Amino acid sequence: MKNKQSWIDQRFPLSKVWNEHLAEYYTPRNFNFWYFFGGLAILMLGMQLLTGIFLTMHFKPDSANAFASVEYIMRDVEWGWLVRYLHSTGASAFFVVIYLHMYRALLYGSYKGPRELLWILGMILYIALMAEAFFGYVLPWGQMSFWGAQVIISLFGSVPVVGPDLLVWLLGDYAVGDAALNRFFSLHVIALPLVLVVLVFLHLVALHHVGSNNPDGIEIKQNKDKDGIPKDGIPFHPYFTIKDSMVVVGFLWILCAVIFYAPALNGYFLEHANFVEANPLKTPEHIAPLWYLTPFYSVLRAIPPLFGSQFPGVLAMGAALVIFFALPWLDRSPVKSIRYRSPYYKWALGIFVISFIMLGWLGVQPVTPVNALLARVFTTLYFAFFILMPWYTSIGKTKELPTRVTE
Amino acid sequence: MKTIKLIFLAVFLTTISFGSLAASKTHLDHADTDIMDAASLQNGAKLFMNYCSGCHAISFMRYNRIGKDLGLSNKLITENLMFAGSKTGETITTAMPEGAASEWFGGVPPDLSLVSRSKGTDWIYTYLRSFYDDESRIFGVNNKVLVNASMPDALWSLRESQSEAEFDNSVRDITNFLDYVGEPAKLIRLQLGKWVLLFLSILFVLVYLLKKEYWKDVKYGIWRPRD
Amino acid sequence: MSEQTIDLKKRRFLTNATSVVGAVGVGFVAWPFLSTWKPSAKTKAAGAPVDVDISKLEPGQLVRVLWRKKPVWIFKRDENALVALDSKDLISKLADPDGTGNSKNQQPDYVTANYRSIKNKESVAVIVGVCTHLGCSPTYRPEPGASDLGGDSWKGGFYCPCHGSKFDLAGRVYAGVPAPTNLVIPPYQYVNDSLIRIGTDQQNT
Repeated sequence: MKNKQSWIDQRFPLSKVWNEHLAEYYTPRNFNFWYFFGGLAILMLGMQLLTGIFLTMHFKPDSANAFASVEYIMRDVEWGWLVRYLHSTGASAFFVVIYLHMYRALLYGSYKGPRELLWILGMILYIALMAEAFFGYVLPWGQMSFWGAQVIISLFGSVPVVGPDLLVWLLGDYAVGDAALNRFFSLHVIALPLVLVVLVFLHLVALHHVGSNNPDGIEIKQNKDKDGIPKDGIPFHPYFTIKDSMVVVGFLWILCAVIFYAPALNGYFLEHANFVEANPLKTPEHIAPLWYLTPFYSVLRAIPPLFGSQFPGVLAMGAALVIFFALPWLDRSPVKSIRYRSPYYKWALGIFVISFIMLGWLGVQPVTPVNALLARVFTTLYFAFFILMPWYTSIGKTKELPTRVTE
Repeated sequence: MKTIKLIFLAVFLTTISFGSLAASKTHLDHADTDIMDAASLQNGAKLFMNYCSGCHAISFMRYNRIGKDLGLSNKLITENLMFAGSKTGETITTAMPEGAASEWFGGVPPDLSLVSRSKGTDWIYTYLRSFYDDESRIFGVNNKVLVNASMPDALWSLRESQSEAEFDNSVRDITNFLDYVGEPAKLIRLQLGKWVLLFLSILFVLVYLLKKEYWKDVKYGIWRPRD
Repeated sequence: MSEQTIDLKKRRFLTNATSVVGAVGVGFVAWPFLSTWKPSAKTKAAGAPVDVDISKLEPGQLVRVLWRKKPVWIFKRDENALVALDSKDLISKLADPDGTGNSKNQQPDYVTANYRSIKNKESVAVIVGVCTHLGCSPTYRPEPGASDLGGDSWKGGFYCPCHGSKFDLAGRVYAGVPAPTNLVIPPYQYVNDSLIRIGTDQQNT
């Protein structure tokens, strides 16, 4: 055994990688609930890749056959229904995990130096994942697939001057049709998955270079023993490999409960109207993207057309995403973790979370005067969280940081 | 911190409930179907083939799948449910030519393979029980759920021969059958679910014990002496 | 508290137990995924029995139909051909003439030995037209004495252009060619005198 290992090690740095990233990768011992979700995100990526590979074997990316081929998977392919539900419900589960993972960063200031690049890579991942989900949602070619694609792609048509030509180029046709379905399929099954896998790798490289943040927001590397090992660090393996395994099994339990007992989750994970085949002549009464995209859809709808153009709304929606990138530089607080921040930040974060959830909820509701007003209020609050951040993070009294992590 | 959380929760809940009030819809009766009730599914299949399939296809559904799932023999399926000349592996189309359909109803009657998934069982159950006389319409009937539906009251003979409760049950069985047709895998999904969760529970207990055992090191600060 | 010691035995037991149950779980997950590769309900429906009308089939004529995506030959043998199939001269050149050796599972048990067709319907043969060597479809060469196939010793049959395997008019393989076994006889039955159904077994009457 020892011999075999050294044979490999002379040719491939197996032991080195193992030690650097697992057995001698020191992780803060005070991780709490909020630190479950990074590992779970990798689990979900793996699951989506696996189920996606098998779905691709049976799906037909052709506007005449796509809808029927999904039902073929659900009925005629042995166990096809399970693979499909794992993928469709898995997509929503993936976003639940990602949103909680991002919320953790906001709670404990994980985006602050020296983790700015880690945060930026994560944000690019998030946007790539939204694109991946959007393209995937078009593939079943139901009414919501079709009209959702129509609405989202039309946004590009509102770009001044080049908009209309850009739209036709993106679709390869004058409306959403076979050409769009085919290229979206390619983007969904190969282009974006490659981007996601590479970005996840880079995200992990950056993480292991700077080391994990923790609920106290202090750097464990500043407190090392005589061997150079952080005093508050424990080896990732076996402690976190085992703990994360436990988390994975618990998570799979919840996921399976949904998949086996409510895979469509009453229209939130698989919309009712998407069980009707795409029909370019008949718009559904009510179009909404899936829940994980609705906060941004709400921002879009909240901005009224200016000078007869929808473009300002599109810009606002883009800004709602892009502004996340500036977070490390907007935050002026001397401490990272919410545990030691001033109450101002706690209020700001609370209002932001409510705004985000409310925007998401409003995104699936029909537009009424009341809803439109609410959407504007929450859009304002959403942006206020970022724009006022340099101010409210620099005032108020922060608590004194401990020198070692607390339990 | 606690008070902040409470205030947020209160604001959140008020807005949600405020919003949902605004979005109330037409009332639908609760269908109360049970997909595990084989007798109901069998009766629903029979009623569907007799009263509905003349005009409506369920073209994603195969005869032999119904036979297998509902516990009906191939012979029974061939003799009672199938159109003459079909094979048991085929999907269930309708006998009505499309041209005639457009002429009679002003459109092709929709395929009902997925109606339970797009409209829901409550909708089907209420719709089929909501026809009323209306001389202005071509078939002399109108519908409260789908106003100006271009469909005759296909179940009228059933309605006349049965008591109200019996008729509701018949409609419930048809609805149940359509729920099954919308997702045949639902039968196995619901049966399998508890075993999957049981297995994961056992695995969870084991990993939990394993984790607890290993994390003793962290708790008592003795991980370092390893090796 | 620092008196705590590590119970290695307990750890090993828990690690093993978790690994075993986890491996069973992986097996449970693998099964549905691998099952999606089996023929689907649609494929099975498309592979349903095929009916062939033979009322207009002339002696020497061969028709091809697709059954389960494979070519199936239905052809009529004349008197001379049937006599040749029974002759010692031909049988001595075959690898497994009575289908009891390598070719034991190449035909249903209700076909007769030398003609490999249903009893009392000897003239009509039904054979899956796929070479048992590497899956090419042999060509129909019914003419006895074809010079390119050995002249007088050729009694009519099938020749596979891919690797030169030879079969007689009952689909039996010649000795000394690459193909290891006789051609496959599919399950078939007579619905009536002029209608053959390929894909279901002859009922014993």
